[in-house]
Amino acid sequence: MVPFNILVLVCLCYVASLFVVAFVVEHRAAGRQVPWLRSPLVYTLSLSIYCTAWTFYGAVGYAARSGLEFATIYLGPTLVFVGWWWVLRKLVRIGRTQRVTSIADLISSRYGKSNTLGVMVTVISVVAATPYIALQLQSVTLSFGVFAAASDGSALPDRAATAFWVAVGLALFTVLFGTRNLDANERHHGVVTAIAVEAVVKLVALLGVGIFVVWGLADGPADIFARIDASPLAAWELQPGRWAGLIFLAGAAVLCLPRMFQVMVVENVDERHLGTASWAFPLYLFLMSLFVVPIAVMGLERLPPGTNPDLFVLTLPLSEGQGGLAMLAFLGGFSAATSMVIVASIALATMVSNHIVMPIWLRLRPAQAVSGDVRRIVLRARRLAICGVVALGYAYFRLSGGSEALAAIGLISFAGAAQVLPAMMGGIFWRGATRVGAIAGLSLGSAVWLWTLYLPSFGPDAVIPAQMMAEGPFGIAWLRPQALFGIAGMDPLIHAVFWSLVLNTAAFCVGSLFTFPSPVERVQGAAFVNAFDEGADAGAWLRGKAESEDLLILSQRILGEDEALTFFEAEARGQGKVGFLPDPTPAFIDRLERRLSGSVGAATAHAMISQGLGVAAVSVEDLMAVANETAQIVEASARLEAQSEELSRTARQLREANAKLTQLSVQKDAFLSQISHELRTPMTSIRAFSELLIDGEMPPDIRSRHARIINDEAIRLTRLLDDLLDLGVLENGTVQLTLELVSLRVLLDRALTVAGSLQPHRDFTIHRDAAAENLFVLTDPDRLTQVFINLFSNARKYATGLRPELRIAIRQRGGQITVDVIDNGPGIPQAAQALIFEKFARLSDESRAGGAGLGLAICREVMANLGGSITYLPGQGGAAFRVTFPLRLQIAA
Amino acid sequence: MRRPGIPLFLARRPYRRRRRMDAARLLPLFGLFLIMLPILWEPVGDGGRRVAQDGIYLFGVWAGLILCARILARGLADPDPPPPAPSARPDGD
Repeated sequence: MVPFNILVLVCLCYVASLFVVAFVVEHRAAGRQVPWLRSPLVYTLSLSIYCTAWTFYGAVGYAARSGLEFATIYLGPTLVFVGWWWVLRKLVRIGRTQRVTSIADLISSRYGKSNTLGVMVTVISVVAATPYIALQLQSVTLSFGVFAAASDGSALPDRAATAFWVAVGLALFTVLFGTRNLDANERHHGVVTAIAVEAVVKLVALLGVGIFVVWGLADGPADIFARIDASPLAAWELQPGRWAGLIFLAGAAVLCLPRMFQVMVVENVDERHLGTASWAFPLYLFLMSLFVVPIAVMGLERLPPGTNPDLFVLTLPLSEGQGGLAMLAFLGGFSAATSMVIVASIALATMVSNHIVMPIWLRLRPAQAVSGDVRRIVLRARRLAICGVVALGYAYFRLSGGSEALAAIGLISFAGAAQVLPAMMGGIFWRGATRVGAIAGLSLGSAVWLWTLYLPSFGPDAVIPAQMMAEGPFGIAWLRPQALFGIAGMDPLIHAVFWSLVLNTAAFCVGSLFTFPSPVERVQGAAFVNAFDEGADAGAWLRGKAESEDLLILSQRILGEDEALTFFEAEARGQGKVGFLPDPTPAFIDRLERRLSGSVGAATAHAMISQGLGVAAVSVEDLMAVANETAQIVEASARLEAQSEELSRTARQLREANAKLTQLSVQKDAFLSQISHELRTPMTSIRAFSELLIDGEMPPDIRSRHARIINDEAIRLTRLLDDLLDLGVLENGTVQLTLELVSLRVLLDRALTVAGSLQPHRDFTIHRDAAAENLFVLTDPDRLTQVFINLFSNARKYATGLRPELRIAIRQRGGQITVDVIDNGPGIPQAAQALIFEKFARLSDESRAGGAGLGLAICREVMANLGGSITYLPGQGGAAFRVTFPLRLQIAA
Repeated sequence: MRRPGIPLFLARRPYRRRRRMDAARLLPLFGLFLIMLPILWEPVGDGGRRVAQDGIYLFGVWAGLILCARILARGLADPDPPPPAPSARPDGD
């Protein structure tokens, strides 16, 4: 039999050795020479904090009461780990890329770095963990009591005092190793290693007891099977609701419990370790539960009735006189309890300090975000928070008076932690999940959990009066804590889990569907959901006017001087600069923020950098202002573009006009010399012949010939001058029109006759459309005839082919008549088409046929006066002119 | 939808890796099915069945899951290999 004092001594030695392990590892880790620290084995063993004292002692008790149902608590996590490819891998990746420090930080960071959510998750976690910590204290106290009773038969030592000193010891250890440093990644090598050692102790102890039971007390497996079937356990019945519900609950808890998140995600040093843990952790759970049923069966068989089955692991070896084995079992249980309390309080303290203490402190003293010693404040807050969390557990232990069934308390805690599940799963798989949805789900779910499970757990009349339990608040029956919506008869735990999670998920989904996330939220959502896409970046620092020096001061306060300087130097080197002050580029600030968030959480880091930068965090308003500015700039540039297009169009027109003017001016000059020549030629001959007439005697026939020549030349001069005069009159619009109703055919006949007198030797084929010509037109017949004569004469002059043809096509459209005059000559080159209607225009000297280049100009003016137009028709196989004029000319008054 | 730059058909090794991922995703569903199966069994204690057998079944499934997870994890824990150059030959496995 082990004397009680020896037990205490062994216990102290054990704790001291843990101290040494933690201290040595911390020391080595600082020197970065511990490769085995980064082994998947340590990672897997550290995960074993899932198996707390509840597992160690409680599982046997659970099995003694409910048979194989105890296994659900391990099968849930087994499925989650075996299915690591679904969820765990993503959680760990997100945890690493976003430098998540706790589950509250994960939720807060995902939903737009919202501190409200961080606070909510923290509060829920603390509330849910408190009974669990109380449970650990209770189990340690109970096991001490067992030893004390067995050793000297005296009364139990003061339970409250035992629990108190255990709590103090745990808080001390946690403060010492949990808050030694403010690591950028929030990793605690010393603690993790100590926990791995404790995991081994737990496993060895339970396996030892199990082997003793199976091969020491019974005769091997076959005997055990026979005893199991003979024991009260054989009456066990599987309840489908509890079976499925508990597997789900345990699976949810392994993801959502703050301490599991801490070791699984935050303390993870290498993603590949998860692959090993995916089978090694289920194996650990498998081994932990392998001997649970045999121990329970043997305990029921051998120990006197009324013995607490939760303590069979201890009492069975003790009653069989195996003091050493009992001591080992005691240490195993002690390990299980302490490791859980240590990690849980570290995780909770991180959450409390990052999401509750720091924001309040920053709000109270914004100026100190840069200049104050944040590092010391954070550490102090953590230490206080650790003590606070352990104290809460102790208080719960004292208040609840130590409920005998360990399993029930554990499940209440699980159900509380599971309320985070919808927000977490939605956050990493659904980009549409919003902050409002998460808040709604969390509050509704945890309220239902409090009402249906947590408050009733204090016992009837403790918090909720028994009458209210039976009849509902204010007599509202459908709000009865254990029969919500009138669904009675469910197992209370399953009832609570079912309703809290159903309502939680529903509120989360509806809230998310009907709200619009803020920009930061959307950026974070994309970064979380697409965690495996390379380059997914949550850069939010659009504009930073930060002084690097301020940032350096700020980071030194949080990261510590050396680390901050190293980080800044590396960043500066990355930018190609020498020294410690990199340019405050958005990328740098983003990295810095993540680094800081590794120490103080995303929301706090964001707030601190905002203050350090002297800019407010990017708000929706900011983004909208930016968007507005952008829209205005876009609009302005579109306007400018339109204007510049118009300008270039005008410039093009001006260039064309200028080219035309230049050409015209050249032609005018050419024509002036031409007209001088034209006038000069008849004048010269008139002068010459008139001199001949004056001078000499000559025969009358010669004289008369000379006189005729003079006459002809004078007529030609007159005609030229007439044309010029005519053009002047037409251009001034002072022409007198004589309107008459005439047949178009008559007009064309007359014009053709007159034109036919020109070069009468040439035989023209003329195509006419007699039917179409049968039109009576109200116009000035002389002027119109003049136009046609001009066109026909031109055709006769220029259509120099072998078989010259002339086609006259007439169309009437509305009140307008179109006459196309088309020949089969060479046509007019495109370059000249724009000029032919100008005055004095002539194609070339070669094709000049005696005209002064006024004909088409006169035609154009005539047609303008007749209310019509004349244009050149390109692409008709020869020269083609279209004359358009109204059927009935109205003269404006 | 296929993102640009990712080939439509994979070489043998990446293909095997993809199927291994699928298996890793299916394994928990398969395990859940096997673990839920006892719900359908007739109640224990009627003489026909024994609780020890249930226990052996459950622990057998459990061990099987651990074994499968171990086999799958071996090839999956390493990070994705860089996509081979388009001209790379299959690795002959």
